[in-house]
Amino acid sequence: MKVIELKETVTASNDRDAEALREELNLRGVLLVNLMSGPGAGKTTLLSRTIRDLSDLKIAVLEADLDATVDAETIEALGARAIQAHTDGMCHMDAGMTRAGLEALGTEQTDLVFLENVGNLICPAEFDTGAQLRVMILSIPEGDDKPLKYPLMFRESDALILSKLDALPYFDFDLDKCIQRAKRLNPKIQVFPLSAKTGEGMAAWEAWLRENLIRKTV
Amino acid sequence: MHEMGIVLHLAKTLDETAKQEHLSKIGSVTLQVGEVSGILTDYFVECWDYFKPRHPVLKDSKLILETIEAVTWCDSCKRTYQTVRYGRECPYCHSGETWLLKGNECIIKQIEAEEEAPSAIPEQ
Repeated sequence: MKVIELKETVTASNDRDAEALREELNLRGVLLVNLMSGPGAGKTTLLSRTIRDLSDLKIAVLEADLDATVDAETIEALGARAIQAHTDGMCHMDAGMTRAGLEALGTEQTDLVFLENVGNLICPAEFDTGAQLRVMILSIPEGDDKPLKYPLMFRESDALILSKLDALPYFDFDLDKCIQRAKRLNPKIQVFPLSAKTGEGMAAWEAWLRENLIRKTV
Repeated sequence: MHEMGIVLHLAKTLDETAKQEHLSKIGSVTLQVGEVSGILTDYFVECWDYFKPRHPVLKDSKLILETIEAVTWCDSCKRTYQTVRYGRECPYCHSGETWLLKGNECIIKQIEAEEEAPSAIPEQ
Protein backbone atom coordinates (compact mmCIF):
# COMPACT_ATOMS: atom_id res chain seq x y z
CA MET A 1 0.00 0.00 0.00
CA LYS A 2 1.21 3.47 -0.72
CA VAL A 3 0.22 6.66 1.06
CA ILE A 4 -1.18 9.47 -1.04
CA GLU A 5 -1.46 12.92 0.51
CA LEU A 6 -4.57 14.65 -0.71
CA LYS A 7 -5.08 17.70 1.54
CA GLU A 8 -8.36 18.21 -0.27
CA THR A 9 -11.66 19.32 1.18
CA VAL A 10 -14.20 16.49 1.40
CA THR A 11 -16.49 18.28 -1.01
CA ALA A 12 -13.82 18.66 -3.72
CA SER A 13 -15.87 16.61 -6.22
CA ASN A 14 -18.81 18.97 -5.72
CA ASP A 15 -16.56 21.99 -6.23
CA ARG A 16 -15.47 20.61 -9.60
CA ASP A 17 -19.07 19.90 -10.66
CA ALA A 18 -20.07 23.40 -9.60
CA GLU A 19 -17.27 25.02 -11.60
CA ALA A 20 -18.29 23.09 -14.73
CA LEU A 21 -21.96 24.08 -14.32
CA ARG A 22 -21.01 27.74 -13.84
CA GLU A 23 -19.00 27.75 -17.07
CA GLU A 24 -21.91 26.22 -18.99
CA LEU A 25 -24.36 28.77 -17.60
CA ASN A 26 -22.02 31.58 -18.62
CA LEU A 27 -21.90 30.21 -22.16
CA ARG A 28 -25.68 29.86 -22.29
CA GLY A 29 -26.19 33.40 -20.99
CA VAL A 30 -28.11 32.36 -17.91
CA LEU A 31 -27.58 34.01 -14.54
CA LEU A 32 -28.15 31.61 -11.64
CA VAL A 33 -28.65 33.21 -8.23
CA ASN A 34 -28.38 30.99 -5.15
CA LEU A 35 -30.74 32.48 -2.58
CA MET A 36 -30.06 31.37 0.99
CA SER A 37 -31.71 32.25 4.30
CA GLY A 38 -33.25 30.82 7.43
CA PRO A 39 -36.90 29.76 7.25
CA GLY A 40 -39.30 32.67 7.25
CA ALA A 41 -36.82 35.36 6.22
CA GLY A 42 -39.07 36.33 3.32
CA LYS A 43 -37.55 34.53 0.31
CA THR A 44 -40.88 34.01 -1.45
CA THR A 45 -42.14 37.55 -0.81
CA LEU A 46 -38.86 38.99 -2.08
CA LEU A 47 -38.95 36.77 -5.17
CA SER A 48 -42.57 37.62 -5.94
CA ARG A 49 -41.87 41.33 -5.83
CA THR A 50 -38.63 41.00 -7.83
CA ILE A 51 -40.33 38.92 -10.55
CA ARG A 52 -43.13 41.48 -10.82
CA ASP A 53 -40.69 44.41 -11.04
CA LEU A 54 -38.43 42.71 -13.61
CA SER A 55 -41.29 41.66 -15.86
CA ASP A 56 -39.22 42.30 -19.03
CA LEU A 57 -36.88 39.43 -18.09
CA LYS A 58 -37.52 35.73 -18.47
CA ILE A 59 -37.24 34.39 -14.96
CA ALA A 60 -37.48 30.87 -13.57
CA VAL A 61 -37.34 29.56 -10.02
CA LEU A 62 -35.84 26.32 -8.77
CA GLU A 63 -37.48 25.52 -5.43
CA ALA A 64 -35.55 23.47 -2.91
CA ASP A 65 -37.32 24.64 0.20
CA LEU A 66 -38.97 21.77 2.02
CA ASP A 67 -42.28 23.60 2.21
CA ALA A 68 -42.13 24.68 -1.37
CA THR A 69 -45.37 23.63 -3.10
CA VAL A 70 -47.13 26.69 -1.77
CA ASP A 71 -44.12 28.76 -2.76
CA ALA A 72 -44.09 27.37 -6.30
CA GLU A 73 -47.78 28.20 -6.76
CA THR A 74 -47.21 31.78 -5.61
CA ILE A 75 -44.35 32.19 -8.07
CA GLU A 76 -46.21 30.68 -11.03
CA ALA A 77 -49.18 32.95 -10.41
CA LEU A 78 -46.81 35.81 -11.30
CA GLY A 79 -45.97 34.31 -14.67
CA ALA A 80 -42.50 32.95 -13.89
CA ARG A 81 -41.77 29.27 -14.30
CA ALA A 82 -41.12 27.25 -11.17
CA ILE A 83 -39.99 23.72 -10.51
CA GLN A 84 -39.58 21.68 -7.35
CA ALA A 85 -36.04 20.36 -6.94
CA HIS A 86 -35.33 17.17 -5.07
CA THR A 87 -32.78 17.32 -2.29
CA ASP A 88 -33.30 13.66 -1.35
CA GLY A 89 -33.97 14.71 2.22
CA MET A 90 -30.73 16.62 2.50
CA CYS A 91 -30.25 19.96 4.18
CA HIS A 92 -28.76 21.72 1.17
CA MET A 93 -28.58 21.78 -2.63
CA ASP A 94 -25.35 20.69 -4.29
CA ALA A 95 -24.12 21.16 -7.86
CA GLY A 96 -25.43 17.79 -9.07
CA MET A 97 -28.95 18.40 -7.77
CA THR A 98 -28.91 21.92 -9.20
CA ARG A 99 -27.87 20.63 -12.61
CA ALA A 100 -30.67 18.03 -12.57
CA GLY A 101 -33.18 20.71 -11.56
CA LEU A 102 -32.03 23.08 -14.31
CA GLU A 103 -32.25 20.33 -16.91
CA ALA A 104 -35.83 19.52 -15.86
CA LEU A 105 -36.65 23.22 -15.94
CA GLY A 106 -35.01 23.92 -19.31
CA THR A 107 -33.08 27.19 -19.52
CA GLU A 108 -33.11 27.95 -23.27
CA GLN A 109 -35.41 30.96 -23.04
CA THR A 110 -34.27 32.14 -19.63
CA ASP A 111 -32.28 35.16 -18.48
CA LEU A 112 -32.35 34.63 -14.76
CA VAL A 113 -32.88 31.60 -12.51
CA PHE A 114 -33.33 31.89 -8.76
CA LEU A 115 -32.39 28.83 -6.75
CA GLU A 116 -34.43 29.00 -3.56
CA ASN A 117 -32.15 26.94 -1.35
CA VAL A 118 -33.22 24.95 1.71
CA GLY A 119 -34.06 27.28 4.61
CA ASN A 120 -31.09 27.21 6.94
CA LEU A 121 -27.98 29.32 7.47
CA ILE A 122 -25.42 26.54 7.86
CA CYS A 123 -25.38 23.71 5.32
CA PRO A 124 -26.21 25.62 2.11
CA ALA A 125 -23.12 27.81 2.68
CA GLU A 126 -20.83 24.79 2.47
CA PHE A 127 -21.93 23.50 -0.89
CA ASP A 128 -21.22 25.36 -4.11
CA THR A 129 -24.25 24.93 -6.38
CA GLY A 130 -22.65 26.36 -9.51
CA ALA A 131 -24.51 29.67 -9.17
CA GLN A 132 -22.69 32.79 -10.37
CA LEU A 133 -24.11 34.81 -7.49
CA ARG A 134 -24.76 33.86 -3.90
CA VAL A 135 -27.22 35.99 -2.02
CA MET A 136 -28.25 35.62 1.58
CA ILE A 137 -31.32 37.11 3.19
CA LEU A 138 -31.41 38.12 6.82
CA SER A 139 -34.69 39.55 8.07
CA ILE A 140 -34.82 42.29 10.68
CA PRO A 141 -36.72 40.15 13.25
CA GLU A 142 -33.91 37.54 13.18
CA GLY A 143 -31.50 39.94 14.90
CA ASP A 144 -28.27 41.78 14.11
CA ASP A 145 -26.05 39.18 15.79
CA LYS A 146 -26.37 36.62 12.99
CA PRO A 147 -22.98 37.43 11.37
CA LEU A 148 -21.40 36.35 14.66
CA LYS A 149 -23.35 33.09 14.77
CA TYR A 150 -23.16 32.03 11.13
CA PRO A 151 -19.92 33.57 9.82
CA LEU A 152 -19.49 31.16 6.89
CA MET A 153 -22.76 32.18 5.26
CA PHE A 154 -21.72 35.85 5.37
CA ARG A 155 -18.22 35.06 4.13
CA GLU A 156 -19.49 33.06 1.16
CA SER A 157 -22.19 35.48 -0.03
CA ASP A 158 -21.82 38.11 -2.74
CA ALA A 159 -24.77 40.07 -1.40
CA LEU A 160 -26.66 40.40 1.86
CA ILE A 161 -30.30 41.41 1.78
CA LEU A 162 -31.63 42.84 5.03
CA SER A 163 -35.31 42.13 4.53
CA LYS A 164 -38.49 43.31 6.29
CA LEU A 165 -36.99 46.78 6.70
CA ASP A 166 -40.51 48.05 7.40
CA ALA A 167 -40.32 46.17 10.74
CA LEU A 168 -37.18 48.04 11.88
CA PRO A 169 -39.01 50.40 14.31
CA TYR A 170 -40.39 47.43 16.25
CA PHE A 171 -37.17 45.48 16.76
CA ASP A 172 -33.92 46.03 18.57
CA PHE A 173 -31.91 45.66 15.37
CA ASP A 174 -28.84 47.86 14.87
CA LEU A 175 -28.57 48.22 11.09
CA ASP A 176 -25.12 49.86 11.11
CA LYS A 177 -23.71 47.32 13.53
CA CYS A 178 -25.02 44.41 11.48
CA ILE A 179 -23.57 45.82 8.24
CA GLN A 180 -20.27 46.50 10.00
CA ARG A 181 -20.15 42.90 11.28
CA ALA A 182 -20.96 41.49 7.86
CA LYS A 183 -18.33 43.67 6.15
CA ARG A 184 -15.70 42.66 8.64
CA LEU A 185 -16.26 39.04 7.64
CA ASN A 186 -16.50 39.87 3.96
CA PRO A 187 -15.34 43.34 2.87
CA LYS A 188 -16.70 42.82 -0.67
CA ILE A 189 -20.26 41.92 0.33
CA GLN A 190 -22.98 44.13 -1.19
CA VAL A 191 -25.68 45.06 1.30
CA PHE A 192 -29.27 45.81 0.33
CA PRO A 193 -31.59 46.83 3.18
CA LEU A 194 -35.09 46.58 1.73
CA SER A 195 -38.76 45.85 2.23
CA ALA A 196 -40.53 43.77 -0.39
CA LYS A 197 -43.77 44.88 1.23
CA THR A 198 -43.36 48.65 0.90
CA GLY A 199 -40.90 48.54 -2.01
CA GLU A 200 -38.26 50.55 -0.13
CA GLY A 201 -34.74 49.62 -1.30
CA MET A 202 -35.97 47.26 -4.04
CA ALA A 203 -34.57 49.43 -6.86
CA ALA A 204 -30.94 49.05 -5.74
CA TRP A 205 -31.23 45.26 -5.48
CA GLU A 206 -32.90 44.97 -8.87
CA ALA A 207 -30.33 47.27 -10.51
CA TRP A 208 -27.56 45.05 -9.11
CA LEU A 209 -29.24 41.96 -10.57
CA ARG A 210 -29.47 43.67 -13.97
CA GLU A 211 -25.79 44.62 -13.86
CA ASN A 212 -24.92 40.97 -13.34
CA LEU A 213 -27.06 39.54 -16.14
CA ILE A 214 -25.05 37.57 -18.66
CA ARG A 215 -25.11 38.64 -22.26
CA LYS A 216 -26.40 35.96 -24.60
CA THR A 217 -23.70 35.09 -27.10
CA VAL A 218 -25.71 32.61 -29.14
CA MET B 1 -28.56 14.93 7.15
CA HIS B 2 -25.49 17.09 6.88
CA GLU B 3 -23.20 14.10 7.45
CA MET B 4 -24.89 12.14 4.67
CA GLY B 5 -24.27 14.90 2.15
CA ILE B 6 -20.63 15.15 3.13
CA VAL B 7 -20.05 11.39 3.01
CA LEU B 8 -21.69 11.24 -0.40
CA HIS B 9 -19.21 13.81 -1.74
CA LEU B 10 -16.30 12.23 0.08
CA ALA B 11 -17.03 8.88 -1.60
CA LYS B 12 -17.33 10.58 -4.98
CA THR B 13 -14.08 12.51 -4.49
CA LEU B 14 -12.29 9.28 -3.56
CA ASP B 15 -13.75 7.42 -6.55
CA GLU B 16 -12.35 10.15 -8.81
CA THR B 17 -8.96 10.02 -7.10
CA ALA B 18 -8.82 6.24 -7.48
CA LYS B 19 -9.55 6.55 -11.19
CA GLN B 20 -6.92 9.25 -11.75
CA GLU B 21 -4.21 7.51 -9.76
CA HIS B 22 -5.13 4.03 -11.03
CA LEU B 23 -5.84 2.65 -7.58
CA SER B 24 -7.52 -0.72 -7.21
CA LYS B 25 -8.27 -0.53 -3.53
CA ILE B 26 -8.27 2.12 -0.82
CA GLY B 27 -7.17 0.72 2.55
CA SER B 28 -7.65 3.74 4.76
CA VAL B 29 -8.87 7.31 4.57
CA THR B 30 -7.64 9.88 7.07
CA LEU B 31 -9.90 12.85 7.62
CA GLN B 32 -9.17 15.95 9.64
CA VAL B 33 -12.37 17.17 11.22
CA GLY B 34 -12.64 20.51 13.03
CA GLU B 35 -14.16 20.49 16.50
CA VAL B 36 -16.85 22.93 15.44
CA SER B 37 -17.34 21.71 11.86
CA GLY B 38 -20.84 20.62 12.84
CA ILE B 39 -19.98 17.02 11.98
CA LEU B 40 -21.09 14.41 14.52
CA THR B 41 -18.38 11.80 14.20
CA ASP B 42 -20.50 8.82 15.35
CA TYR B 43 -23.15 9.62 12.80
CA PHE B 44 -20.49 10.31 10.18
CA VAL B 45 -19.03 6.82 10.67
CA GLU B 46 -22.52 5.29 10.35
CA CYS B 47 -23.09 7.11 7.06
CA TRP B 48 -19.65 6.01 5.87
CA ASP B 49 -20.44 2.35 6.65
CA TYR B 50 -23.68 2.71 4.72
CA PHE B 51 -22.06 4.10 1.57
CA LYS B 52 -18.84 2.05 1.61
CA PRO B 53 -20.23 -1.17 0.09
CA ARG B 54 -21.68 0.86 -2.78
CA HIS B 55 -18.21 1.94 -3.93
CA PRO B 56 -16.07 -1.08 -4.90
CA VAL B 57 -12.79 0.73 -4.35
CA LEU B 58 -13.78 1.73 -0.79
CA LYS B 59 -15.37 -1.54 0.22
CA ASP B 60 -12.69 -2.63 2.72
CA SER B 61 -11.42 0.78 3.72
CA LYS B 62 -10.98 2.09 7.24
CA LEU B 63 -11.94 5.62 8.22
CA ILE B 64 -9.48 7.41 10.49
CA LEU B 65 -10.69 10.66 12.04
CA GLU B 66 -8.30 13.26 13.42
CA THR B 67 -9.63 16.24 15.32
CA ILE B 68 -8.55 19.80 14.63
CA GLU B 69 -8.86 22.00 17.71
CA ALA B 70 -11.11 25.02 17.31
CA VAL B 71 -9.47 28.37 18.07
CA THR B 72 -11.22 31.73 18.30
CA TRP B 73 -9.68 35.18 17.90
CA CYS B 74 -10.85 38.09 20.03
CA ASP B 75 -10.88 41.34 18.12
CA SER B 76 -11.07 43.46 21.25
CA CYS B 77 -8.07 42.20 23.21
CA LYS B 78 -6.27 40.56 20.25
CA ARG B 79 -5.87 37.19 21.91
CA THR B 80 -6.85 33.66 20.96
CA TYR B 81 -8.67 31.06 23.05
CA GLN B 82 -10.17 27.56 22.86
CA THR B 83 -13.59 27.82 21.21
CA VAL B 84 -15.14 24.68 22.66
CA ARG B 85 -14.22 25.58 26.23
CA TYR B 86 -15.26 29.24 26.22
CA GLY B 87 -17.71 29.67 23.35
CA ARG B 88 -18.39 32.99 21.68
CA GLU B 89 -17.49 35.29 24.55
CA CYS B 90 -13.81 36.05 25.10
CA PRO B 91 -12.70 34.62 28.50
CA TYR B 92 -10.14 37.44 28.95
CA CYS B 93 -12.12 40.61 28.23
CA HIS B 94 -15.68 39.26 27.82
CA SER B 95 -16.08 40.85 24.41
CA GLY B 96 -18.48 39.30 21.91
CA GLU B 97 -16.48 40.58 18.92
CA THR B 98 -14.82 37.24 18.33
CA TRP B 99 -14.15 35.19 15.20
CA LEU B 100 -13.34 31.58 14.60
CA LEU B 101 -9.78 31.10 13.30
CA LYS B 102 -9.85 27.36 12.71
CA GLY B 103 -11.85 24.32 13.63
CA ASN B 104 -14.70 24.25 11.12
CA GLU B 105 -12.85 22.40 8.36
CA CYS B 106 -13.17 18.87 7.06
CA ILE B 107 -10.16 17.83 4.99
CA ILE B 108 -9.10 14.55 3.42
CA LYS B 109 -5.54 14.42 4.71
CA GLN B 110 -4.36 11.22 3.07
CA ILE B 111 -5.32 7.78 1.84
CA GLU B 112 -3.54 4.46 1.85
CA ALA B 113 -4.09 2.58 -1.36
CA GLU B 114 -3.05 -0.25 -3.61
CA GLU B 115 -2.22 0.45 -7.22
CA GLU B 116 -3.72 -1.47 -10.11
CA ALA B 117 -1.53 -4.08 -11.76
CA PRO B 118 0.32 -2.35 -14.66
CA SER B 119 -1.50 -4.49 -17.24
CA ALA B 120 -4.84 -3.17 -15.97
CA ILE B 121 -3.92 0.43 -16.83
CA PRO B 122 -5.45 1.31 -20.17
CA GLU B 123 -2.94 2.63 -22.67
CA GLN B 124 -3.21 6.33 -23.46
